[in-house]
Amino acid sequence: MEKVAGTAFLIASSAKVVATFTLVLLSVAYITLLERRLAAFMQDRRGPNRVGPFGLLQPIADGLKNLLKEETSPAAASRFYFFLGPMLSLMPATVIFAVVPFAAPLPTPWGVVDMIVADLPVGILFVLALSSLAVYGIVLGGWASNNKYAFLGALRSSAQMVSYEVALGLSLVAVLMLAGNVTLTEMVWRQQQLDWWFAFPLALAFLLFVISAFAENNRLPFDLPEAESELITGYHTEYSAMKFSMFFIAEYAHLLTNSALMATLFLGGWDIPFWRGDDMFWVGGALVSGFDATGAPLLAEPAWWKTALTLAAFAAKTSFFVFLYIWVRWTLPRFRYDQVMHLGWKVMIPTALAYIMLIGGTILVLDALRTPYGFTYGLVLTAVSLVATGLFVFVLDRDRIIGGADLTRRRSGTEYQRAEMIVASDL
Amino acid sequence: MAEVFFYLLAALAIGGGVGMVTRKNPVGSLLFLVLTLASLAGIFVLLDAHFLAAIQVVVYAGAIMVLFLFVIMLLNLGHDYQPDIRGGLWMVMGFALSGLLGGILAQRFGGGGELTGALLPVAGGPGAVRALVEEHNAVGAIAGPMFRDYLVPFEVTSVLLLVAIVGAIVLAKRRI
Repeated sequence: MEKVAGTAFLIASSAKVVATFTLVLLSVAYITLLERRLAAFMQDRRGPNRVGPFGLLQPIADGLKNLLKEETSPAAASRFYFFLGPMLSLMPATVIFAVVPFAAPLPTPWGVVDMIVADLPVGILFVLALSSLAVYGIVLGGWASNNKYAFLGALRSSAQMVSYEVALGLSLVAVLMLAGNVTLTEMVWRQQQLDWWFAFPLALAFLLFVISAFAENNRLPFDLPEAESELITGYHTEYSAMKFSMFFIAEYAHLLTNSALMATLFLGGWDIPFWRGDDMFWVGGALVSGFDATGAPLLAEPAWWKTALTLAAFAAKTSFFVFLYIWVRWTLPRFRYDQVMHLGWKVMIPTALAYIMLIGGTILVLDALRTPYGFTYGLVLTAVSLVATGLFVFVLDRDRIIGGADLTRRRSGTEYQRAEMIVASDL
Repeated sequence: MAEVFFYLLAALAIGGGVGMVTRKNPVGSLLFLVLTLASLAGIFVLLDAHFLAAIQVVVYAGAIMVLFLFVIMLLNLGHDYQPDIRGGLWMVMGFALSGLLGGILAQRFGGGGELTGALLPVAGGPGAVRALVEEHNAVGAIAGPMFRDYLVPFEVTSVLLLVAIVGAIVLAKRRI
């Protein structure tokens, strides 16, 4: 089986672009509905359930409303930058999905089609590049509004996004060391070959990545750029109608792409666990499913049903992270600003650096012992990572680094215990 | 096809540069500079230097320029911008200098000669970078020479950056 080439390649690529873009925007619309329904569920309310069955037409109604609403433009705003902000915010969030592989290659009569829009040689670096541009939209929007609350939100967001981008990048280094390349297709392949999803052998990197991704996305508990109780709604205070909607779409598109990225980097992407039949990768122009004992390549057998199954696996993993985002948002309170900076610079970055040393050293030792890249290799790394993660969580949980308002009371003891006793007697 | 993109990106890069110098609003200047940097990244992609393109955006457009934006916004909240260059004499001198620079560049590279040999560390002209990337993948193609042949210059540069960071802290904080 050959890769598609020529005209068939152009047609396949265009189809993939249109399909992914539509699907991303459609999913974004329904994630907003999911968030509202789940929030309602967690708060013991009903949520939007009037428009269509189970409220399924609500996103369409919202979209129409935002299109038809009046746009207000604040008198003191710089018009051009005010206009540019939402656009710059939306662009990176939607483009990142182009480098995420979403299913096993699909065989067609004209050749095998890779289920990824663009398999760039720089892969994850492209993601980092675009997500580092995402801050411009928010900062420009907040600054151009000429509103103190909006400006404060913009400053907070730029400080926060710059800080956590470092931790995000550093937590990725461990993944790159184990994967040996930066393309996302090869990362999926290496996870299939290791028999471990990277979430286990690189557990601490996974934890750090998830935390940084939450901060990058400005979601609770890191939603200081919006912080309704302090800043009205932060950087998009002055925006209305479709421009506001664009910021909103950008946030949810970012959430979706981040979830897809976490699924790809740490949960094996479209890989189906405990099954060798879906392992596929291009090695020297041939689609290979693995290597036999002598190192000779075994040819893979792509099939449409494998593509469909792996697509479902990818969707399930991505949905899990989308759900996690929503779950955390409606469970945790917001950090204070100094706590966010403290966590970013004094906890996340040193931990990530130390973890790189640890994983790098372990990989060196494993390679020196000539351990083959496979299950045992992953098992050793998992053991090392679990110890590191346990230590990290234990230190964080001592209430010294992120201490809330509750901390002082618990330390002094008396008042907290009294409150507990009152609750107990009420029960 | 590639030529069309090259001229488009080159025009954007030069336009961004001109816009950056002529804007009175520093935020506008900064955005034009970002446009120039992004177009340069596009030109790197046309030269098959994908890694360089990604790093160009990550480091310059994504990190340094965001810090600039941060500083500009913190220091320059009003709109009373003053042009740095005042008076006709400065203008004339500026144009003369840029003309001179352009002339030197045109004389050096304008002869239609191919960029080979001393200017490119990779022997072999067009297509050589692509072959290198296919063999070692995008990062390996740079990592090999950087950490093997140029290890000492690389480490010396890191020390230089460290010195700069320590210097900045010493300047900013009287008591450490």
